Amino acid sequence: MCKECGCGLGGGDLKIGGHSHEHGHDHGHDHAHGQDHHHHHEHEHSHGGKTLSLNLSLLEQNARLAEQNRGFFRAKKLLVLNVVSSPGSGKTTFIRETAAQLAGRLRLGVIVGDLATDNDAARLRTAGIPVVQITTGTVCHLDADMVAKAAAQMDLDQLDVLVIENVGNLVCPADYDLGEDLRVVLLSVTEGEDKPLKYPPMFHSAHVAVVTKSDMAAAAGFNRELALQNLERVCHHARIFELSAKTGDGMKAWLDFLAEQRAA
Amino acid sequence: MHEVSIMESAVRMAVDAAKSAGASRVLALRLRVGTLSGAVPEALRFAFDVVCRDTIAEGASLEMESVPAAGWCPACRAEFECADFISECPRCHNPNGELRRGRELEIASVEID
Repeated sequence: MCKECGCGLGGGDLKIGGHSHEHGHDHGHDHAHGQDHHHHHEHEHSHGGKTLSLNLSLLEQNARLAEQNRGFFRAKKLLVLNVVSSPGSGKTTFIRETAAQLAGRLRLGVIVGDLATDNDAARLRTAGIPVVQITTGTVCHLDADMVAKAAAQMDLDQLDVLVIENVGNLVCPADYDLGEDLRVVLLSVTEGEDKPLKYPPMFHSAHVAVVTKSDMAAAAGFNRELALQNLERVCHHARIFELSAKTGDGMKAWLDFLAEQRAA
Repeated sequence: MHEVSIMESAVRMAVDAAKSAGASRVLALRLRVGTLSGAVPEALRFAFDVVCRDTIAEGASLEMESVPAAGWCPACRAEFECADFISECPRCHNPNGELRRGRELEIASVEID
């Protein structure tokens, strides 16, 4: 079970780039103190005790680390993507093809999160893409602290685009800002048109929605109109792309969009 | 969801606040939980008892204020109630509503002694 959220995933230890990090989630404690204390406003309370107003977000610690990441990535002039989807939607193939087809135009590096195994990292590394693997072990999502530590192991000055491949999970990653510029959610045609309605927080939080494996749409009986309609209901603000990383159909619009975002 | 880690943050913030104010006990925590926060109040309450154990918040009471979700319709220039993430305005059916409230997961205050 995920130690962090009890969501039923996971079971090992946190590893970043092959090194074990014990107590991965405790690092932030040091950062969280201090600043909080300025917010207190003391006043007497009728119960004998004293009430302190705090008015702090419970995800404050991650939010603060994510903002640090964002500032750092901006200073490095990186475009940072947080790619999320359910397991098996085609994140790794999509990222590998994106990197391959951007070659000569933009240099791309990847931070890969998985509960266990470095199979995805190996697939990307074989394609010549700089990769750092985070094996989250017990945790079903990446957080800003893990990303900061993984990014420290990459030569970011050699990159234009940093892609963070999140753990395959449409629930928990929705709440964890990693410091990305764009959150990219994938929906493969084999998953069913109602995924956006079933996992609205994730789809709602995305800047970009990509319908993947479009070459399999007919075989999967994919109702394109319905899927697009559902996406527009939950994430009307998102840019939508439809593509097949395998055949290359639709990739050009996505790649042009990335180049445009990087230049902006 | 991550109710356990959310409650760990809440109790840690409460304990830190109490200690820095020179208090020896946390008597109560008050949270604000949006209806679209994804956190389940029952699971938060369950996690609360566990994470308070062996801290100065052990035995503290937990109050949760539910924050109803609200959207903003740019066409009507008015708020509307949202039951979910589908932010269609019930008056003009404009689909481009913006979620303004309902994602809250906050610690409002603590009572200390």
